[in-house]
Amino acid sequence: MRILSLAGRRLAASIPTLFLILIGVFLLLQLAPGDTVDAMMAQMGGGDAATARELRRFYGLDVSVPVQLANYLWRLVRLDLGFSAIYGKPVAAVILERLPPTLLLMTSALSFAFFFGLLFGVIAARSVNRWPDTLISTVGLIFYATPSFWFGLMAIVVFSIYLQWLPAGGFEDIGAVSTGVWRVLDIASHLVLPSLTLGLIFLAIYLRIMRASMLEVLNLDFVRTARAKGLDETRIVTRHVLRNALLPMVTLIGLQAGTMLGGSVVVETVFSLPGLGRLAYESVVQRDLNTLLGIVFVSALLVILVNFVTDLLYARLDPRITAES
Amino acid sequence: MNSSRFEINRRTALLTSAAIAANVVNPFRAFAQETPRKGGVFNVHYGAEQRQLNPSLQASTGVYIIGGKIQENLVDLDANGQPVGVLAESWEAAPDGKTITFKLRKGISWHDGKPFTSADVAFTAMNMWKKILNYGSTLQLFLTAVDTPDPQTAIFRYERPMPLNLLLRALPDLGYVSAKHIYETGDIRQNPANLAPVGTGPFKFVKYERGQYVIAERNADYWRANAPYLDRIVWKVITDRSAAAAQLEAGELHYSPFSGLTISDMARLGKDKRFIVSTKGNEGNARTNTLEFNVRRKELSDVKVRRAIAHAINVPFFIENFLGDFAKLGTGPIPSTSTDFYPGANTPQYPYDKAKAAALLDEAGYKPGAGGTRFALKLLPAPWGEDISLWSTFIQQSLGEVGIAIEIVRNDGGGFLKQVYDEHAFDLATGWHQYRNDPAVSTTVWYRSGQPKGAPWTNQWGWDDAKIDKIIDDAATEVDPAKRKALYADFVREANSELPVWMPIEQIFVTVITAKARNHSNTPRWGSSSWHDLWLSA
Repeated sequence: MRILSLAGRRLAASIPTLFLILIGVFLLLQLAPGDTVDAMMAQMGGGDAATARELRRFYGLDVSVPVQLANYLWRLVRLDLGFSAIYGKPVAAVILERLPPTLLLMTSALSFAFFFGLLFGVIAARSVNRWPDTLISTVGLIFYATPSFWFGLMAIVVFSIYLQWLPAGGFEDIGAVSTGVWRVLDIASHLVLPSLTLGLIFLAIYLRIMRASMLEVLNLDFVRTARAKGLDETRIVTRHVLRNALLPMVTLIGLQAGTMLGGSVVVETVFSLPGLGRLAYESVVQRDLNTLLGIVFVSALLVILVNFVTDLLYARLDPRITAES
Repeated sequence: MNSSRFEINRRTALLTSAAIAANVVNPFRAFAQETPRKGGVFNVHYGAEQRQLNPSLQASTGVYIIGGKIQENLVDLDANGQPVGVLAESWEAAPDGKTITFKLRKGISWHDGKPFTSADVAFTAMNMWKKILNYGSTLQLFLTAVDTPDPQTAIFRYERPMPLNLLLRALPDLGYVSAKHIYETGDIRQNPANLAPVGTGPFKFVKYERGQYVIAERNADYWRANAPYLDRIVWKVITDRSAAAAQLEAGELHYSPFSGLTISDMARLGKDKRFIVSTKGNEGNARTNTLEFNVRRKELSDVKVRRAIAHAINVPFFIENFLGDFAKLGTGPIPSTSTDFYPGANTPQYPYDKAKAAALLDEAGYKPGAGGTRFALKLLPAPWGEDISLWSTFIQQSLGEVGIAIEIVRNDGGGFLKQVYDEHAFDLATGWHQYRNDPAVSTTVWYRSGQPKGAPWTNQWGWDDAKIDKIIDDAATEVDPAKRKALYADFVREANSELPVWMPIEQIFVTVITAKARNHSNTPRWGSSSWHDLWLSA
């Protein structure tokens, strides 16, 4: 239970940070020239001053910046995220709509990266400095160095245009309205390419971390003891080394879950997925302050949540952590 | 028209011309023609989501591409660019130009079953076109009332003469009608129908999933016989241009309107038999590339400097090497596609002449200083097109050669509009002037003084010239079409001579469409039109 109270304390400590972030983002966006009405005029391709004045009043932009900020924070305290200018509905509803694709993409990409990173990391560490290690490390480096939009587009060219195996974009097939299992399969087929694209970059990081961490643990005394006991190598790796080598990976996942929300802007754009990343990007371009702050708020909550789970996982993997804290 | 090279599919081109010829010359349609096929889903690339689907409230191609299939306008343009009645059957103007009467078509009903009447037209005109619609509020500034003596008659009353031709040229874009019974209660801007439109058009709205798609389906009770052919239209939201090209190739999209792909992808797909890449069907959406001068700046207040800058830039070279067949040399603010108003190229032009540019700058008193630089200017490019970005870099390099140092300051859409049109924090700006069929709708505001500060795409250059102002005002209320045309020729001559804005390149949006589509691109604003006759061959 001590781990829970520790995590709880951390949770409470993150609330002031959250508010500072929100105020920071609000002020940063004020520095950007133009407001949501300018952005809207840009989209319409023309308009007159009376229209613009009318719209500013409609969106509550005719009051001063401190008043706008105060209004926003007061609403937030009452758990009201406000009204989205570009979507014409409550921010909470807009974000809820966009959350599932992002979470699905994030989970599948992270699981893919984690699983294969772990596997290849172990293989590389077991054959260190021999050809499998060199091959895995080189390929991993190539993945890491390639921009994800290029990866995505090439995946579309190969798998959607030439081979025609997988859809080129979108979250689900709009033409055929499917239900139940078929819908799940349909969405899954749409998520294969984006998950791979997003996952491959993280895969490279995981495999390198896993390799290094495995090598470190393999040289520790208890491994030598295990070998001396006469245990076979597979058993040593799975039972003794792996569990200890996993800690840095778990730390990394906790950190990167947050990054992935932002990192998926590119992937969501290339694959036309309706996710949070694209929503955030659009909100900045459209100067839709309420939506952007709402996303920051929800992302921050997600990161806090993931960190909380990470803390719990630490305790599970390494009982000493609970004992010491 | 500069599309010939891209009309790869000659069969379609021939069929279209054959069809037109058959309609005009031979009522029996002697040519062997494909029989239109009913059914099918048409997938459309939707690049930039708007906050609006109702074209009575927002005039932009991004709204027409969807709303224009669901709601209809009083008047549209036919294959020859002439006004043709849609919801209106006929019209006539009083000799003093202050009253224009529309007779409406009978037996049309809204998608919810209620009848369409003149009350809808009156309501839309007074509450939407006059008060909310961009461009509309300027066009209908002097509209005082719309009388409805009977359900089939709408009489527009104006305080000052309204040229019938101006109204008829403007109405295809600014004349979409909304249902009174849907909008009469509550705030119009917040009406749920803005994102779930109800119209009289060939397609009924089904669903809008933000960030993903919009779906509309066939209106079985549509008033035109045997129309529409398609079962459904699906607009897919794809913000990445390369991804859209990939989906076209994968067969998941049929049509990408309004130059929605990158220049290189459009050129590449133009060589592919499966697609037709052409400017045809977009003549009503012509635009010119601009170079806007902030004449508050001392150097730029001198017309010699503005002319020198124009002479220093090799426009034909730029077009040939960067824009290719998608653009042509422009001759001023009224593009050559405007058959009613184009005054010809016989107005002051500025051919590439570096020596002359240098001489003009010397004459204006700006001799090269240390390092050959005469003075430095800040250039703000609008962010809405690859061509504007290329054009800005080309200007920078060209002017560098005559001793004008250019610093390019890039912004996103909102930032650009604010800095140029509101804060006037620019020396030079580049962007598009979108021509909307009549100079009084879209063009003269770029030159007329007294534009309110902050109004985008208007004269914010500090330009104030009584002579141009007078021509503009006279033309706006001139009822005689011939006299109006002459006035606009004067306007172009004066604008090109004084050069507060230079418009040296003409472009028409490019359509990329599947070669299976039939009856496409057959009007000057086809992308925005209702698609009632569009069909897909097997």
